[in-house]
Amino acid sequence: MALLEIKDVGKKFGTLRALDGINVSVGENSFHGLIGPNGSGKSTLLKAIAGDHYADEGSIIFNGLDITQRSPEFRAKNGLNLKFQITSIFPELSCYDNILLSIQSMQSVWSLITSRGKDSLNDKIMDTLEQFKLADRAETLAGELSHGLQQWLEIAMSVIRKPKLLLLDEPTGGMSPEERRATGELLLPIKNHTTLVIVEHDLEWIKDICDNLTVLDQGKVLDDGSVEQIEKSEKVKEVYTTRV
Amino acid sequence: MSEQKNTRRYIPIIEIILLVGLISAPLFINEFITVILTRMLILGLLAISFELCWGYSGIMTFGQGLFFGMAGYAVALFANKAGFVQIWGVIPIGIIVGTITSFIVAWLLLLGKKPPEIIFVALGTLTFSYAAERLVSGWYWVGGGNGMSIFDFLSLGSYEIEAGLVFYYIAGLTLLLVYLASRFLVRSQFGLVLAGTRQNEKRLAFLGYRVRTFKALVFTFAGAIAGLGGALYAHHEGFIGPNNMGIGISTMAVLYALFGGAGSLLGPIIGVLAIESISFNLSDIEAIKSFWPVVLGIILLGVVTFKPDGILGFLVTQRERIGTFGRIKKRKNKRKNDLES
Repeated sequence: MALLEIKDVGKKFGTLRALDGINVSVGENSFHGLIGPNGSGKSTLLKAIAGDHYADEGSIIFNGLDITQRSPEFRAKNGLNLKFQITSIFPELSCYDNILLSIQSMQSVWSLITSRGKDSLNDKIMDTLEQFKLADRAETLAGELSHGLQQWLEIAMSVIRKPKLLLLDEPTGGMSPEERRATGELLLPIKNHTTLVIVEHDLEWIKDICDNLTVLDQGKVLDDGSVEQIEKSEKVKEVYTTRV
Repeated sequence: MSEQKNTRRYIPIIEIILLVGLISAPLFINEFITVILTRMLILGLLAISFELCWGYSGIMTFGQGLFFGMAGYAVALFANKAGFVQIWGVIPIGIIVGTITSFIVAWLLLLGKKPPEIIFVALGTLTFSYAAERLVSGWYWVGGGNGMSIFDFLSLGSYEIEAGLVFYYIAGLTLLLVYLASRFLVRSQFGLVLAGTRQNEKRLAFLGYRVRTFKALVFTFAGAIAGLGGALYAHHEGFIGPNNMGIGISTMAVLYALFGGAGSLLGPIIGVLAIESISFNLSDIEAIKSFWPVVLGIILLGVVTFKPDGILGFLVTQRERIGTFGRIKKRKNKRKNDLES
Protein backbone atom coordinates (compact mmCIF):
# COMPACT_ATOMS: atom_id res chain seq x y z
CA MET A 1 0.00 0.00 0.00
CA ALA A 2 1.26 3.46 -0.86
CA LEU A 3 2.15 5.77 2.03
CA LEU A 4 1.44 8.85 -0.07
CA GLU A 5 -1.15 9.11 -2.83
CA ILE A 6 -1.40 12.31 -4.82
CA LYS A 7 -4.52 12.29 -6.97
CA ASP A 8 -5.24 14.85 -9.69
CA VAL A 9 -3.68 17.66 -7.69
CA GLY A 10 -3.86 21.14 -9.21
CA LYS A 11 -2.61 24.50 -7.97
CA LYS A 12 -2.98 27.94 -9.50
CA PHE A 13 -1.20 31.18 -8.68
CA GLY A 14 -3.33 33.83 -10.36
CA THR A 15 -3.47 32.75 -13.97
CA LEU A 16 -0.38 30.55 -13.73
CA ARG A 17 -1.19 26.87 -13.43
CA ALA A 18 1.72 25.62 -11.31
CA LEU A 19 0.37 22.08 -10.89
CA ASP A 20 -2.00 20.43 -13.33
CA GLY A 21 -3.56 17.04 -12.59
CA ILE A 22 -0.58 15.56 -10.76
CA ASN A 23 -0.78 11.87 -9.88
CA VAL A 24 2.05 10.35 -7.87
CA SER A 25 2.20 7.34 -5.59
CA VAL A 26 5.00 6.83 -3.08
CA GLY A 27 5.51 3.46 -1.42
CA GLU A 28 6.51 2.92 2.20
CA ASN A 29 10.22 3.07 3.11
CA SER A 30 11.26 4.10 -0.37
CA PHE A 31 13.29 7.08 -1.53
CA HIS A 32 11.38 8.98 -4.19
CA GLY A 33 12.87 11.80 -6.24
CA LEU A 34 11.05 14.70 -7.86
CA ILE A 35 13.01 16.16 -10.74
CA GLY A 36 12.36 18.53 -13.58
CA PRO A 37 13.47 21.81 -15.10
CA ASN A 38 13.17 25.11 -13.22
CA GLY A 39 9.53 26.13 -12.81
CA SER A 40 8.25 22.61 -13.43
CA GLY A 41 6.34 22.60 -10.11
CA LYS A 42 8.57 20.39 -7.94
CA SER A 43 8.76 22.71 -4.94
CA THR A 44 5.09 23.68 -5.33
CA LEU A 45 4.12 20.02 -5.15
CA LEU A 46 6.33 19.45 -2.12
CA LYS A 47 4.80 22.46 -0.37
CA ALA A 48 1.29 21.22 -1.16
CA ILE A 49 2.18 17.89 0.46
CA ALA A 50 3.67 19.61 3.53
CA GLY A 51 0.84 22.16 3.91
CA ASP A 52 2.87 25.27 3.14
CA HIS A 53 0.11 26.00 0.67
CA TYR A 54 -3.00 24.12 -0.23
CA ALA A 55 -3.95 22.33 -3.44
CA ASP A 56 -6.89 23.86 -5.31
CA GLU A 57 -7.94 20.55 -6.84
CA GLY A 58 -7.49 16.87 -6.18
CA SER A 59 -6.53 15.12 -3.00
CA ILE A 60 -3.45 14.16 -1.06
CA ILE A 61 -3.77 10.98 0.97
CA PHE A 62 -1.05 10.33 3.52
CA ASN A 63 -1.04 7.11 5.52
CA GLY A 64 -4.76 6.71 4.82
CA LEU A 65 -5.63 10.28 5.89
CA ASP A 66 -6.90 12.93 3.52
CA ILE A 67 -4.57 15.81 4.37
CA THR A 68 -5.31 18.03 1.37
CA GLN A 69 -6.68 20.92 3.42
CA ARG A 70 -5.17 20.06 6.81
CA SER A 71 -2.80 22.43 8.65
CA PRO A 72 0.98 21.91 8.71
CA GLU A 73 0.67 21.18 12.46
CA PHE A 74 -1.74 18.32 11.77
CA ARG A 75 0.51 16.87 9.08
CA ALA A 76 3.60 17.13 11.29
CA LYS A 77 1.81 15.49 14.22
CA ASN A 78 0.85 12.61 11.95
CA GLY A 79 4.41 11.92 10.89
CA LEU A 80 5.06 14.19 7.94
CA ASN A 81 8.09 16.47 7.97
CA LEU A 82 9.53 19.05 5.63
CA LYS A 83 13.04 20.37 5.17
CA PHE A 84 12.67 23.74 3.51
CA GLN A 85 14.53 24.77 0.36
CA ILE A 86 15.96 27.81 2.16
CA THR A 87 17.38 26.52 5.41
CA SER A 88 14.85 27.06 8.17
CA ILE A 89 16.34 26.65 11.62
CA PHE A 90 16.41 28.71 14.83
CA PRO A 91 19.61 30.73 14.39
CA GLU A 92 19.84 32.13 17.92
CA LEU A 93 19.42 28.76 19.60
CA SER A 94 22.21 26.23 20.04
CA CYS A 95 22.30 23.15 17.80
CA TYR A 96 21.27 21.11 20.82
CA ASP A 97 18.24 23.30 21.48
CA ASN A 98 17.22 23.20 17.81
CA ILE A 99 17.03 19.42 18.04
CA LEU A 100 15.33 19.53 21.44
CA LEU A 101 12.72 21.93 20.07
CA SER A 102 12.04 19.57 17.22
CA ILE A 103 11.62 16.40 19.25
CA GLN A 104 9.74 17.85 22.21
CA SER A 105 6.79 18.89 20.03
CA MET A 106 5.15 15.57 20.83
CA GLN A 107 4.94 16.46 24.55
CA SER A 108 1.89 18.02 26.19
CA VAL A 109 1.90 21.70 27.12
CA TRP A 110 1.98 20.81 30.82
CA SER A 111 5.01 18.56 30.47
CA LEU A 112 6.73 21.36 28.54
CA ILE A 113 6.03 23.81 31.37
CA THR A 114 7.37 21.38 33.96
CA SER A 115 10.25 20.37 31.64
CA ARG A 116 9.57 16.72 32.33
CA GLY A 117 10.98 15.27 29.15
CA LYS A 118 14.21 17.25 29.01
CA ASP A 119 16.58 14.81 30.72
CA SER A 120 15.20 11.69 29.09
CA LEU A 121 15.71 13.20 25.62
CA ASN A 122 19.35 14.12 26.20
CA ASP A 123 21.02 10.92 24.99
CA LYS A 124 18.79 10.69 21.95
CA ILE A 125 19.64 14.27 21.00
CA MET A 126 23.37 13.72 21.46
CA ASP A 127 23.21 10.52 19.39
CA THR A 128 21.52 12.41 16.56
CA LEU A 129 24.05 15.23 16.77
CA GLU A 130 26.84 12.65 16.58
CA GLN A 131 25.17 10.96 13.62
CA PHE A 132 25.14 14.29 11.77
CA LYS A 133 28.67 15.21 12.87
CA LEU A 134 27.41 18.07 15.03
CA ALA A 135 28.15 16.70 18.51
CA ASP A 136 31.18 18.96 18.97
CA ARG A 137 29.04 21.93 18.04
CA ALA A 138 26.13 21.09 20.35
CA GLU A 139 26.46 24.41 22.15
CA THR A 140 27.23 26.47 19.04
CA LEU A 141 24.49 28.80 17.86
CA ALA A 142 22.83 27.34 14.78
CA GLY A 143 23.22 30.66 12.98
CA GLU A 144 27.02 30.39 13.31
CA LEU A 145 27.23 27.09 11.43
CA SER A 146 28.34 26.89 7.81
CA HIS A 147 25.59 26.58 5.21
CA GLY A 148 26.21 22.87 4.75
CA LEU A 149 26.06 22.17 8.49
CA GLN A 150 22.88 24.20 8.79
CA GLN A 151 21.35 21.94 6.15
CA TRP A 152 22.45 18.91 8.13
CA LEU A 153 21.07 20.37 11.32
CA GLU A 154 17.70 20.88 9.68
CA ILE A 155 17.71 17.32 8.36
CA ALA A 156 18.74 16.09 11.83
CA MET A 157 15.79 18.01 13.32
CA SER A 158 13.48 15.97 11.11
CA VAL A 159 15.29 12.64 11.35
CA ILE A 160 15.21 12.54 15.17
CA ARG A 161 11.42 12.59 15.02
CA LYS A 162 11.45 9.38 12.94
CA PRO A 163 8.77 10.71 10.62
CA LYS A 164 6.87 8.34 8.37
CA LEU A 165 7.45 10.71 5.46
CA LEU A 166 10.26 13.22 5.13
CA LEU A 167 10.15 15.82 2.38
CA LEU A 168 13.51 17.31 1.43
CA ASP A 169 13.53 20.38 -0.76
CA GLU A 170 16.98 20.62 -2.34
CA PRO A 171 18.88 19.17 0.64
CA THR A 172 22.27 19.57 -1.02
CA GLY A 173 21.71 23.09 -2.36
CA GLY A 174 24.89 25.16 -1.97
CA MET A 175 26.95 22.18 -0.78
CA SER A 176 30.38 21.08 -2.01
CA PRO A 177 30.61 17.70 -3.85
CA GLU A 178 32.13 16.18 -0.72
CA GLU A 179 29.28 17.47 1.44
CA ARG A 180 26.74 16.12 -1.07
CA ARG A 181 28.26 12.68 -0.92
CA ALA A 182 28.26 12.81 2.89
CA THR A 183 24.62 13.94 2.90
CA GLY A 184 23.67 10.88 0.86
CA GLU A 185 25.47 8.66 3.35
CA LEU A 186 23.71 10.33 6.26
CA LEU A 187 20.31 9.73 4.71
CA LEU A 188 20.68 6.06 3.80
CA PRO A 189 20.33 4.65 7.36
CA ILE A 190 16.89 6.23 7.82
CA LYS A 191 15.39 4.06 5.08
CA ASN A 192 14.32 1.44 7.64
CA HIS A 193 11.71 3.71 9.16
CA THR A 194 11.21 6.72 6.89
CA THR A 195 9.99 7.34 3.37
CA LEU A 196 11.79 10.13 1.60
CA VAL A 197 10.54 12.48 -1.12
CA ILE A 198 13.39 14.60 -2.44
CA VAL A 199 13.42 17.56 -4.79
CA GLU A 200 16.91 18.00 -6.16
CA HIS A 201 18.68 19.58 -9.11
CA ASP A 202 21.75 17.36 -8.90
CA LEU A 203 20.59 14.47 -11.09
CA GLU A 204 23.62 12.25 -10.42
CA TRP A 205 23.13 12.57 -6.68
CA ILE A 206 19.41 11.88 -6.79
CA LYS A 207 19.86 8.88 -9.09
CA ASP A 208 22.31 7.37 -6.61
CA ILE A 209 20.04 7.73 -3.61
CA CYS A 210 16.50 7.23 -4.95
CA ASP A 211 14.55 4.10 -5.89
CA ASN A 212 11.96 5.90 -8.00
CA LEU A 213 11.72 9.20 -9.81
CA THR A 214 8.88 11.41 -10.95
CA VAL A 215 9.73 13.90 -13.65
CA LEU A 216 7.67 17.08 -13.74
CA ASP A 217 7.47 19.52 -16.59
CA GLN A 218 5.29 22.64 -16.74
CA GLY A 219 3.19 21.50 -13.79
CA LYS A 220 2.48 18.03 -15.19
CA VAL A 221 3.95 14.59 -14.67
CA LEU A 222 6.18 13.90 -17.65
CA ASP A 223 7.23 10.43 -16.58
CA ASP A 224 7.25 8.23 -13.52
CA GLY A 225 9.11 5.05 -12.66
CA SER A 226 12.31 3.45 -11.40
CA VAL A 227 15.62 5.24 -11.87
CA GLU A 228 16.51 2.87 -14.70
CA GLN A 229 13.20 3.47 -16.48
CA ILE A 230 13.57 7.22 -16.21
CA GLU A 231 17.15 7.08 -17.49
CA LYS A 232 15.89 5.34 -20.63
CA SER A 233 12.83 7.58 -21.08
CA GLU A 234 12.88 9.42 -24.39
CA LYS A 235 10.45 12.09 -23.13
CA VAL A 236 12.75 12.90 -20.23
CA LYS A 237 15.83 12.96 -22.43
CA GLU A 238 14.11 15.36 -24.77
CA VAL A 239 13.19 17.79 -22.00
CA TYR A 240 16.63 17.62 -20.43
CA THR A 241 18.52 17.94 -23.68
CA THR A 242 16.39 20.73 -25.12
CA ARG A 243 15.56 22.80 -22.04
CA VAL A 244 17.95 22.08 -19.18
CA MET B 1 35.63 38.14 21.26
CA SER B 2 32.46 36.72 19.74
CA GLU B 3 29.27 36.38 21.71
CA GLN B 4 29.60 32.63 21.37
CA LYS B 5 32.88 32.55 23.27
CA ASN B 6 31.85 35.12 25.86
CA THR B 7 30.45 32.79 28.48
CA ARG B 8 30.50 35.28 31.34
CA ARG B 9 27.09 35.42 32.99
CA TYR B 10 25.95 38.79 34.30
CA ILE B 11 22.25 38.19 34.85
CA PRO B 12 22.63 36.26 38.15
CA ILE B 13 24.96 38.99 39.46
CA ILE B 14 22.51 41.75 38.52
CA GLU B 15 19.65 39.75 40.03
CA ILE B 16 21.46 39.49 43.37
CA ILE B 17 22.50 43.16 43.39
CA LEU B 18 18.93 44.22 42.60
CA LEU B 19 17.42 41.91 45.20
CA VAL B 20 19.80 43.00 47.97
CA GLY B 21 19.41 46.64 46.93
CA LEU B 22 15.61 46.53 47.01
CA ILE B 23 15.47 44.64 50.31
CA SER B 24 17.81 47.07 52.02
CA ALA B 25 16.60 50.26 50.30
CA PRO B 26 14.14 51.32 53.06
CA LEU B 27 17.09 51.57 55.45
CA PHE B 28 18.49 54.44 53.41
CA ILE B 29 15.43 56.28 52.14
CA ASN B 30 12.64 58.23 53.78
CA GLU B 31 9.00 57.21 53.79
CA PHE B 32 8.07 59.42 50.85
CA ILE B 33 10.68 57.78 48.64
CA THR B 34 9.58 54.37 49.93
CA VAL B 35 6.10 55.12 48.60
CA ILE B 36 7.56 56.16 45.22
CA LEU B 37 9.67 52.99 45.13
CA THR B 38 6.62 50.85 45.98
CA ARG B 39 4.84 52.33 42.98
CA MET B 40 7.84 51.39 40.83
CA LEU B 41 7.76 47.80 42.09
CA ILE B 42 4.07 47.55 41.22
CA LEU B 43 4.72 49.01 37.77
CA GLY B 44 7.45 46.36 37.48
CA LEU B 45 4.63 43.78 37.36
CA LEU B 46 3.09 45.64 34.43
CA ALA B 47 6.46 45.78 32.67
CA ILE B 48 7.11 42.05 33.16
CA SER B 49 3.67 41.28 31.78
CA PHE B 50 4.52 43.21 28.61
CA GLU B 51 7.94 41.61 28.37
CA LEU B 52 6.50 38.09 28.47
CA CYS B 53 4.36 39.01 25.48
CA TRP B 54 6.86 40.94 23.38
CA GLY B 55 10.36 39.97 24.46
CA TYR B 56 9.60 36.26 24.79
CA SER B 57 6.68 35.55 22.49
CA GLY B 58 6.77 38.20 19.80
CA ILE B 59 3.29 39.54 20.63
CA MET B 60 3.33 43.32 20.34
CA THR B 61 0.61 44.36 22.75
CA PHE B 62 -0.74 47.72 23.78
CA GLY B 63 -3.30 45.97 25.95
CA GLN B 64 -1.43 45.46 29.20
CA GLY B 65 -2.86 48.73 30.53
CA LEU B 66 -6.34 47.36 29.88
CA PHE B 67 -5.81 44.33 32.13
CA PHE B 68 -4.04 46.49 34.71
CA GLY B 69 -6.87 49.03 34.76
CA MET B 70 -9.71 46.49 34.65
CA ALA B 71 -8.34 44.79 37.76
CA GLY B 72 -7.83 48.18 39.41
CA TYR B 73 -11.44 49.15 38.76
CA ALA B 74 -12.65 45.74 39.94
CA VAL B 75 -10.94 46.01 43.34
CA ALA B 76 -12.03 49.65 43.61
CA LEU B 77 -15.64 48.60 43.06
CA PHE B 78 -15.30 45.82 45.62
CA ALA B 79 -13.87 48.36 48.08
CA ASN B 80 -16.42 51.11 47.45
CA LYS B 81 -19.57 49.16 46.74
CA ALA B 82 -19.05 46.13 49.01
CA GLY B 83 -16.49 47.45 51.50
CA PHE B 84 -14.18 44.54 50.73
CA VAL B 85 -10.47 45.39 51.04
CA GLN B 86 -8.93 42.19 52.43
CA ILE B 87 -5.61 41.44 50.74
CA TRP B 88 -6.33 37.71 50.55
CA GLY B 89 -9.29 38.58 48.32
CA VAL B 90 -7.95 41.63 46.50
CA ILE B 91 -4.97 39.79 45.00
CA PRO B 92 -7.04 36.87 43.61
CA ILE B 93 -9.64 39.33 42.26
CA GLY B 94 -6.90 41.18 40.39
CA ILE B 95 -5.47 37.94 39.00
CA ILE B 96 -8.88 36.59 37.98
CA VAL B 97 -10.00 39.82 36.29
CA GLY B 98 -6.66 40.07 34.46
CA THR B 99 -6.87 36.42 33.39
CA ILE B 100 -10.44 36.57 32.13
CA THR B 101 -9.98 39.87 30.29
CA SER B 102 -6.73 38.82 28.64
CA PHE B 103 -8.16 35.43 27.70
CA ILE B 104 -11.08 37.13 25.92
CA VAL B 105 -8.67 39.41 24.03
CA ALA B 106 -6.41 36.44 23.20
CA TRP B 107 -9.38 34.46 21.96
CA LEU B 108 -10.45 37.32 19.70
CA LEU B 109 -7.02 38.34 18.40
CA LEU B 110 -4.72 35.35 18.65
CA LEU B 111 -6.80 32.21 18.29
CA GLY B 112 -8.19 32.80 14.82
CA LYS B 113 -7.97 30.27 12.00
CA LYS B 114 -4.75 31.76 10.68
CA PRO B 115 -1.78 33.09 12.70
CA PRO B 116 -2.34 36.85 13.13
CA GLU B 117 0.14 39.44 11.93
CA ILE B 118 2.05 41.43 14.57
CA ILE B 119 0.41 44.67 13.43
CA PHE B 120 -3.07 43.14 13.72
CA VAL B 121 -2.50 42.21 17.36
CA ALA B 122 -0.81 45.55 18.13
CA LEU B 123 -3.69 47.54 16.66
CA GLY B 124 -6.28 45.21 18.13
CA THR B 125 -4.95 45.57 21.67
CA LEU B 126 -4.53 49.31 21.15
CA THR B 127 -8.17 49.56 20.13
CA PHE B 128 -9.33 47.59 23.16
CA SER B 129 -7.30 49.85 25.48
CA TYR B 130 -8.59 53.00 23.85
CA ALA B 131 -12.20 51.78 23.88
CA ALA B 132 -11.97 50.79 27.55
CA GLU B 133 -10.46 54.17 28.46
CA ARG B 134 -13.25 55.99 26.65
CA LEU B 135 -15.87 53.74 28.18
CA VAL B 136 -14.88 54.36 31.79
CA SER B 137 -14.34 58.07 31.09
CA GLY B 138 -18.02 58.43 30.27
CA TRP B 139 -19.41 55.94 32.74
CA TYR B 140 -20.36 57.76 35.93
CA TRP B 141 -21.04 54.58 37.94
CA VAL B 142 -17.28 54.05 37.92
CA GLY B 143 -16.45 57.70 38.47
CA GLY B 144 -16.34 58.89 34.84
CA GLY B 145 -13.35 61.01 33.91
CA ASN B 146 -12.53 61.60 37.60
CA GLY B 147 -11.90 57.92 38.25
CA MET B 148 -12.55 56.18 41.56
CA SER B 149 -10.94 56.85 44.90
CA ILE B 150 -10.59 54.04 47.40
CA PHE B 151 -11.09 55.37 50.91
CA ASP B 152 -10.42 52.20 52.92
CA PHE B 153 -6.91 50.85 53.29
CA LEU B 154 -5.94 47.43 52.06
CA SER B 155 -6.28 45.15 55.09
CA LEU B 156 -5.26 41.83 56.52
CA GLY B 157 -7.94 41.06 59.08
CA SER B 158 -8.17 44.21 61.15
CA TYR B 159 -4.60 45.33 60.27
CA GLU B 160 -4.60 48.19 57.77
CA ILE B 161 -1.80 48.19 55.20
CA GLU B 162 -1.07 51.82 54.43
CA ALA B 163 1.29 52.99 51.72
CA GLY B 164 4.71 52.77 53.34
CA LEU B 165 7.14 50.16 54.53
CA VAL B 166 4.76 47.18 54.86
CA PHE B 167 3.19 47.85 51.47
CA TYR B 168 6.70 48.17 50.02
CA TYR B 169 7.66 44.69 51.15
CA ILE B 170 4.33 43.23 50.02
CA ALA B 171 4.85 44.73 46.56
CA GLY B 172 8.50 43.58 46.58
CA LEU B 173 7.58 40.03 47.56
CA THR B 174 4.86 39.93 44.92
CA LEU B 175 7.29 41.14 42.27
CA LEU B 176 9.87 38.57 43.38
CA LEU B 177 7.36 35.71 43.20
CA VAL B 178 6.10 36.84 39.78
CA TYR B 179 9.69 37.18 38.58
CA LEU B 180 10.57 33.67 39.77
CA ALA B 181 7.41 32.16 38.25
CA SER B 182 8.04 33.94 34.95
CA ARG B 183 11.69 32.88 34.96
CA PHE B 184 10.66 29.29 35.60
CA LEU B 185 8.31 29.50 32.62
CA VAL B 186 10.73 31.10 30.17
CA ARG B 187 13.60 28.76 31.15
CA SER B 188 11.42 25.65 30.74
CA GLN B 189 10.86 23.61 27.61
CA PHE B 190 7.78 25.80 27.16
CA GLY B 191 10.16 28.77 27.12
CA LEU B 192 12.15 27.06 24.38
CA VAL B 193 8.98 27.04 22.27
CA LEU B 194 8.60 30.75 22.97
CA ALA B 195 12.21 31.36 21.92
CA GLY B 196 11.46 29.45 18.72
CA THR B 197 8.33 31.52 18.16
CA ARG B 198 10.37 34.71 18.24
CA GLN B 199 12.92 33.42 15.76
CA ASN B 200 11.01 31.32 13.25
CA GLU B 201 7.30 30.95 13.87
CA LYS B 202 6.61 29.24 10.56
CA ARG B 203 9.15 26.52 11.26
CA LEU B 204 7.47 25.73 14.57
CA ALA B 205 4.17 25.03 12.81
CA PHE B 206 5.96 22.54 10.56
CA LEU B 207 7.31 20.81 13.67
CA GLY B 208 3.75 20.26 14.87
CA TYR B 209 3.35 23.13 17.31
CA ARG B 210 0.08 25.06 17.35
CA VAL B 211 1.89 28.34 17.93
CA ARG B 212 -1.32 30.34 18.47
CA THR B 213 -2.16 28.23 21.53
CA PHE B 214 1.26 28.91 23.07
CA LYS B 215 0.90 32.61 22.39
CA ALA B 216 -2.59 32.72 23.87
CA LEU B 217 -1.35 30.94 27.01
CA VAL B 218 1.50 33.41 27.53
CA PHE B 219 -0.76 36.34 26.78
CA THR B 220 -3.28 35.15 29.38
CA PHE B 221 -0.54 34.51 31.96
CA ALA B 222 0.82 38.00 31.30
CA GLY B 223 -2.70 39.41 31.63
CA ALA B 224 -2.99 37.78 35.06
CA ILE B 225 0.25 39.47 36.13
CA ALA B 226 -0.95 42.85 34.83
CA GLY B 227 -4.22 42.31 36.72
CA LEU B 228 -2.31 41.56 39.91
CA GLY B 229 -0.33 44.77 39.39
CA GLY B 230 -3.51 46.78 38.77
CA ALA B 231 -5.14 45.54 41.97
CA LEU B 232 -2.10 46.47 44.07
CA TYR B 233 -1.71 49.79 42.27
CA ALA B 234 -5.32 50.87 42.90
CA HIS B 235 -5.00 50.15 46.63
CA HIS B 236 -1.53 51.67 46.91
CA GLU B 237 -2.52 54.90 45.21
CA GLY B 238 -6.02 54.85 46.68
CA PHE B 239 -7.24 55.70 43.23
CA ILE B 240 -7.86 54.28 39.78
CA GLY B 241 -8.81 56.34 36.74
CA PRO B 242 -9.17 56.14 32.96
CA ASN B 243 -5.50 57.06 32.53
CA ASN B 244 -4.53 53.89 34.39
CA MET B 245 -6.15 51.59 31.85
CA GLY B 246 -5.66 53.26 28.49
CA ILE B 247 -3.11 53.80 25.80
CA GLY B 248 -0.85 55.95 27.99
CA ILE B 249 -0.02 53.31 30.57
CA SER B 250 0.06 50.56 27.92
CA THR B 251 2.68 52.57 26.04
CA MET B 252 4.63 53.10 29.24
CA ALA B 253 4.82 49.31 29.64
CA VAL B 254 6.37 49.14 26.16
CA LEU B 255 8.86 51.89 27.04
CA TYR B 256 9.86 50.26 30.34
CA ALA B 257 10.79 47.08 28.51
CA LEU B 258 12.57 48.75 25.58
CA PHE B 259 14.46 51.19 27.80
CA GLY B 260 15.57 48.53 30.28
CA GLY B 261 16.25 45.89 27.66
CA ALA B 262 13.78 43.57 25.97
CA GLY B 263 14.46 39.85 25.89
CA SER B 264 15.05 39.44 29.61
CA LEU B 265 12.88 39.69 32.68
CA LEU B 266 15.36 41.97 34.42
CA GLY B 267 15.31 44.59 31.66
CA PRO B 268 11.73 45.78 32.26
CA ILE B 269 12.29 46.09 36.02
CA ILE B 270 15.44 48.12 35.41
CA GLY B 271 13.45 50.12 32.84
CA VAL B 272 10.76 51.00 35.39
CA LEU B 273 13.32 51.99 38.03
CA ALA B 274 15.27 54.09 35.52
CA ILE B 275 12.35 55.84 33.79
CA GLU B 276 10.43 56.55 36.97
CA SER B 277 13.58 57.80 38.76
CA ILE B 278 14.50 60.06 35.84
CA SER B 279 10.92 61.38 35.66
CA PHE B 280 10.85 62.02 39.41
CA ASN B 281 14.15 63.88 39.39
CA LEU B 282 13.49 65.85 36.19
CA SER B 283 10.13 67.05 37.45
CA ASP B 284 11.94 68.45 40.50
CA ILE B 285 14.39 70.61 38.54
CA GLU B 286 13.12 74.17 38.59
CA ALA B 287 14.65 75.21 35.25
CA ILE B 288 12.79 72.55 33.25
CA LYS B 289 9.70 72.21 35.38
CA SER B 290 7.35 73.18 32.57
CA PHE B 291 8.82 70.95 29.89
CA TRP B 292 10.52 68.06 31.69
CA PRO B 293 8.44 65.42 29.82
CA VAL B 294 10.09 66.64 26.60
CA VAL B 295 13.53 66.08 28.13
CA LEU B 296 12.44 62.63 29.28
CA GLY B 297 11.15 61.88 25.78
CA ILE B 298 14.51 62.84 24.26
CA ILE B 299 16.36 60.58 26.71
CA LEU B 300 14.03 57.66 25.97
CA LEU B 301 14.32 58.24 22.24
CA GLY B 302 18.10 58.38 22.48
CA VAL B 303 18.40 55.08 24.33
CA VAL B 304 15.85 53.23 22.20
CA THR B 305 17.50 54.52 18.99
CA PHE B 306 21.17 54.14 19.83
CA LYS B 307 20.96 51.21 22.22
CA PRO B 308 18.11 49.03 20.92
CA ASP B 309 18.88 46.31 23.46
CA GLY B 310 18.36 48.81 26.29
CA ILE B 311 20.35 49.56 29.42
CA LEU B 312 20.84 45.86 30.11
CA GLY B 313 22.53 45.59 26.72
CA PHE B 314 25.64 47.31 28.13
CA LEU B 315 26.38 44.17 30.14
CA VAL B 316 24.25 41.27 28.96
CA THR B 317 24.69 39.74 25.51
CA GLN B 318 21.85 38.51 23.36
CA ARG B 319 23.21 34.99 23.82
CA GLU B 320 22.93 35.24 27.58
CA ARG B 321 19.41 36.61 27.36
CA ILE B 322 18.21 33.71 25.24
CA GLY B 323 20.27 31.20 27.22
CA THR B 324 20.34 27.47 26.66
CA PHE B 325 17.64 24.98 27.46
CA GLY B 326 19.26 21.56 27.10
CA ARG B 327 21.34 19.57 29.55
CA ILE B 328 24.52 19.10 27.55
CA LYS B 329 26.79 19.06 30.60
CA LYS B 330 25.15 15.98 32.02
CA ARG B 331 25.91 14.09 28.83
CA LYS B 332 29.51 15.29 28.91
CA ASN B 333 29.83 13.90 32.43
CA LYS B 334 28.29 10.68 31.28
CA ARG B 335 30.79 10.41 28.45
CA LYS B 336 33.61 11.22 30.83
CA ASN B 337 32.40 8.49 33.20
CA ASP B 338 32.13 6.08 30.27
CA LEU B 339 35.71 6.81 29.31
CA GLU B 340 36.92 6.45 32.87
CA SER B 341 35.13 3.15 33.30
